[in-house]
Amino acid sequence: MLKLTDVDTHYGPLPVLKSVSLEVRTGEIVCLLGGNASGKSTTMKTILGVVRPTAGRVEFEGDRIDGLATEVIARRGISLVPEARRIFARMTVWENLSMGAFIRQKAPAGELAQDFERVWTLFPRLRERQHQLGGTLSGGEQQMLAIGRALMARPRLLLMDEPSMGLAPVLVDQVFDIIQAINGQGTTILVVEQNAPVALSIATRGYVLQNGRIVIHDTARTLLATDSVRRAYLGED
Amino acid sequence: MADVLAILPQQLVFGLALGTVYGLVALGYTMVYGILFMINFAHGEIFMIGAYVGWWVLALLLQAQVGALHPAWVLPLMLLPAMLFTGALGVGLERFAYRPLYLRGATRLGPLISAIGASIFLQNAVMLTQGARMKVYMTSLLFPRDWRIQVAGASISVLVIVMVVVAGLMMWGLHLLVQRTTLGRSIRAVAEDREMAAIMGVNVRRVIALTFFMGSALGGAGGVLVGLYYTQIDFFMGYSAGLKAFTAAVLGGIGNIRGAMLGGLILGLVESLAVTFMNPAYKDVVAFVLLILVLVIRPTGLLGESMTARAKV
Repeated sequence: MLKLTDVDTHYGPLPVLKSVSLEVRTGEIVCLLGGNASGKSTTMKTILGVVRPTAGRVEFEGDRIDGLATEVIARRGISLVPEARRIFARMTVWENLSMGAFIRQKAPAGELAQDFERVWTLFPRLRERQHQLGGTLSGGEQQMLAIGRALMARPRLLLMDEPSMGLAPVLVDQVFDIIQAINGQGTTILVVEQNAPVALSIATRGYVLQNGRIVIHDTARTLLATDSVRRAYLGED
Repeated sequence: MADVLAILPQQLVFGLALGTVYGLVALGYTMVYGILFMINFAHGEIFMIGAYVGWWVLALLLQAQVGALHPAWVLPLMLLPAMLFTGALGVGLERFAYRPLYLRGATRLGPLISAIGASIFLQNAVMLTQGARMKVYMTSLLFPRDWRIQVAGASISVLVIVMVVVAGLMMWGLHLLVQRTTLGRSIRAVAEDREMAAIMGVNVRRVIALTFFMGSALGGAGGVLVGLYYTQIDFFMGYSAGLKAFTAAVLGGIGNIRGAMLGGLILGLVESLAVTFMNPAYKDVVAFVLLILVLVIRPTGLLGESMTARAKV
């Protein structure tokens, strides 16, 4: 579904991604692991066309998408739950969700109502707060809103950048349960995480990024059992 | 003193008219600032050009001798071309004077200086093509001088009421557009987080261009109304009016649409009161002293929110 082939990305003269190749197949949850500044978020931004790769190709459902404008890529069915949530703080919860459905303005009203209902069912708290400004929500609620907003686009591929960051442990489990549920409803997911154990526990496959290079990729189960991964990301010596 | 009280209601209505027009022009500054964080210093010239387009329509109608002119159809006929022309001009400015700069990552100072250049260019373009002498709006043919109504002992000219109503309706329309429609939501989304808006599928450049169109069109409408009221226009009129409207925008909190309307209203009322109670020469002094006082107490303006407070959420 999504395929990166030998992608290089630079910030000015600074190389961030070096010959990154990865693939996400339809129906999978793929997990991208890596420490700070390893290039995880840049990979997301490259896929979405927020930054342009300097070499290599990005393909989505068989078409090259590198070089397309971000909004065009979004219209093809890729959504993002960004790092640090980045909800629209000065808009209400309802307005945030309706922005999420921006690319589906021509969808029948009933379909949109269904999608709102789906978000309200996943996150009952959001329904209670639908008229509140996004900025007044707690961190956990904002994360729910960010996920809900991305779902409103009915993406075929959902990118999630550190969905567990800054959340209490209880909420982390809840968020990952929801990720699994979303995947079960037919959305393919690429998730970037620092919290490797939880992420790998729900993923099909995983890639490890280090200094902008993919150093390991394997099934999630194998990665969980790999010594170097355990040492680097699971906090074990 | 009794004399002063007798004209007070009239002055208040006048202040209201002036205030709504300031608000209308201030919206152009605040909308552009909200979305690009730049002050469009050429907005005063857009306002001035709106006044010229309105003047031309009126002049052509008079030349064509279409008979009796009634504001009910002449005013829309003046406003519409003025708004379309200035709106398109605003889009052109954004496309050719600002976008090349901000797209290439110039500092905020780049587009700002380009705006000052555009302002000088537009002033001179109008001076060259329309002449340096002022033009006179034949307002009395549209709104006869004795066309006044009595409200609570005050005699108010119909023109002033029309100004308040037209400017008020436009502001209300803009408010509804920004708050209730998908287009309005995408404008607010781009203002808040351009990158996320693009990720939602919003065409950011188009939204920025539309914002320039709307802000400039409102400024152009303001030009027509002010032209009708003061009856004299010249190529330099945008300078002081622009400065006033900019003051109104800062007073209300730049970047905040309701703030621009409120700031305009307050500025207009304060000015008209200053003229009532003091030597009219001091009216600008009063306006700017008010601005300084508000900024000392609330540096972000009346309805503005500080960036740091928002970042802390």
